[in-house]
Amino acid sequence: MLSMSINTSAEKQLKKRAGITDTNLLLFITITVFFIMYACAVIFLKKGFTKPQSFLNILNENAALIILSCGMSLVMITGGIDISVGQVTTLICMSCAVLLDKHNGNVLEALLLALGIGLLFGVVQGFLVAYMDIQPFIVTLAGLFFAKGMTTIVNETQFNVENAAFKKLKSTRIKVPYLGSVNKLGKYIPAYIEIGVVVAISVVIILFIVLRWTRLGRNFYAVGGNNQSANMLGINVRRTKFMAHLLCGLLAGIGGFVYFMHVGSGSTSHAQGAEMNAIASSIIGGTMLTGGVGNIIGTFFGVLSLSTIKNIVSSLGLDQAWWTNITVAAMLCVFLLVQSVLLARKHSKKVKKVKKVKKQVSEDSAEASG
Amino acid sequence: MSSSENKLQNKTLLGTIKKIVSKQVFIPIAALLILVIFNLAADPSFFKITVDKSSSGDPIMSGFLVTILDNASELAILAIGMTLVTSASGGQDISVGSAIAIAGSVMLRVVCGTSARPESLHAPIIVAFLICVLVSMAFGAFNGVLVSYCKIQPMVATLILFTAGRSIASWINNNQLPVVSDPKFGYYGNFIPGIPVPTPIFIAAICMIVIALILKFTNLRLYSQAVGINPHSSRLNGINPQLVKLLTFVILGACVAVAGFIKVSRLSTINYSVIAKDIEMDVILAVALGGNSLSGGKFSMTSSILGAYVIQFLTTTLIKFKVSANAIAAYKAVVVIILVVMSAPIVREKLGSLKKKMLSKKAVKEVA
Repeated sequence: MLSMSINTSAEKQLKKRAGITDTNLLLFITITVFFIMYACAVIFLKKGFTKPQSFLNILNENAALIILSCGMSLVMITGGIDISVGQVTTLICMSCAVLLDKHNGNVLEALLLALGIGLLFGVVQGFLVAYMDIQPFIVTLAGLFFAKGMTTIVNETQFNVENAAFKKLKSTRIKVPYLGSVNKLGKYIPAYIEIGVVVAISVVIILFIVLRWTRLGRNFYAVGGNNQSANMLGINVRRTKFMAHLLCGLLAGIGGFVYFMHVGSGSTSHAQGAEMNAIASSIIGGTMLTGGVGNIIGTFFGVLSLSTIKNIVSSLGLDQAWWTNITVAAMLCVFLLVQSVLLARKHSKKVKKVKKVKKQVSEDSAEASG
Repeated sequence: MSSSENKLQNKTLLGTIKKIVSKQVFIPIAALLILVIFNLAADPSFFKITVDKSSSGDPIMSGFLVTILDNASELAILAIGMTLVTSASGGQDISVGSAIAIAGSVMLRVVCGTSARPESLHAPIIVAFLICVLVSMAFGAFNGVLVSYCKIQPMVATLILFTAGRSIASWINNNQLPVVSDPKFGYYGNFIPGIPVPTPIFIAAICMIVIALILKFTNLRLYSQAVGINPHSSRLNGINPQLVKLLTFVILGACVAVAGFIKVSRLSTINYSVIAKDIEMDVILAVALGGNSLSGGKFSMTSSILGAYVIQFLTTTLIKFKVSANAIAAYKAVVVIILVVMSAPIVREKLGSLKKKMLSKKAVKEVA
């Protein structure tokens, strides 16, 4: 009886401890903030936010960003960073557009090209970071430069893709039942999402499963949490880091193609600043830059929060362009401060524990000597 | 007898070469030499400097070398601050481009007052410059506090200002683009009448002298290196690591103000979204090219500044060979990757062991 009760209490304690890990706490904060923000928007700024379609539009517009942010989170969980994803997206858009329009390629070829470019960047950057021990920031900075230059080498002017098969794919809408609305003329308009959203959501689900239940996913956390102890546990740190960058590259490929499907044109100014948006979304979503902490669901909500606040700012009548950036920066600042407070608290807890143990030891030794 | 002497000589020669190669300044100098040789081979007229007359009849030096020295001024000035920040905090400030936009905007706001096209200057240039320095230092302190006291990684902490900076800049001037008509305002970014050398070169030189004196007569170098190598042990030795980190960010702020002043003075106006675009990347590259560890610790100011000039040299060379301005980035990336891979410790070790193997093989052959 007694042993059982002890067992259950120990289990309870364990559960309690597991319940407030940093990952979960940050995830909880993000999701709450998102829902409060959206609820406030619905209550105070009725016109733009009450329709389900306006929520779906956020998804439509940010499908590519969600995919890019997922890749970014993966790399950030292992303690690295990839700032090349935005320009890789631009390069993919331009290459696919040129392939479809000027070389009469078909959509499948374009898709393969996109994935190929993404994978190539992932492999090269991953190799340099993991096996050459070069700082991820510098490697991906070079990647950013390279992609930027290559885009203009491929083509410099902006143009729309006129390929028939691609246009059909681009304008494909998936209707969502029960969420449509009735317009002023009494006509029913069904709610819709683009193909990109389906891709993005499946990416989120797959990555969530990978991170939570597969060996590779757990390795990401282990390597990000502590490089050396992961190594001692027999985890191949180099290969894990390589895999993170490879996956990030592949996701940049997928995200690039989704972005291309959304805009349907090639331009050197596409996806400007996407890498910074992706980093910001990951941070807001509770991924810590020090590595080892993060969650894909959080990242998903990070993207949604970021775009919701942008929408709120623009519908508040603050149409001057600078307000959006300033609010986004302020939001980033707040979330970063929360993270730093969290880290500080954790640190002080550790110090307290050590002090307690030391005190006990000294008392014990005093007793022994006495 | 003679062969052994030969060997000895060889050894000392190898030793000196090794000594030179192992010095940090070697990396940017080698890169510079390669570029110079390449340009000499391709087109010796690259190095010609001529004295022309400007539209107002004053003598002006022109030529690619002068252009390089002139355009690299901002980069070199920023590299000074960035090296200190990198050394102390082990991270980089990616907001310098946006901060330059803010500095320039403040400058024009003070000089022009509220009207976009003033007839005369509203305030003396020196006052505007001082205010601009103060504001830039305040923004530097903002970054510094986030990094040092809130313990946020530098790259992420400065991401905040990176996102908001250009917007704040246009907010300061109410989205107008003021133009200064007074020719005196343009002296600092172009030429002072009568002096054929571009003014930014002098400004950069002054900054370098100032930082050299500071490094010589204060403990800044020791402190920032100590903090960068191990903040904990430096704290135990009586250094306040947070204060040192904050100080380096404030110094970078001052550098940003000077660079912003030059940038604005060049055109006598500002374009918030274009001014100093991507300069943060170039500055970080300059620091990396100088062989400084980007994760903090020891640094060499000379090699960072040389790195800045190498980058500008590369850019100007590429422009001369009619590479489109946007495509330059790709070539730069290739150069950077080659340089970084060459200086990576793993590659160096492998090359070293390869050399040893070759030498031992030779020795074995000689014995046989």
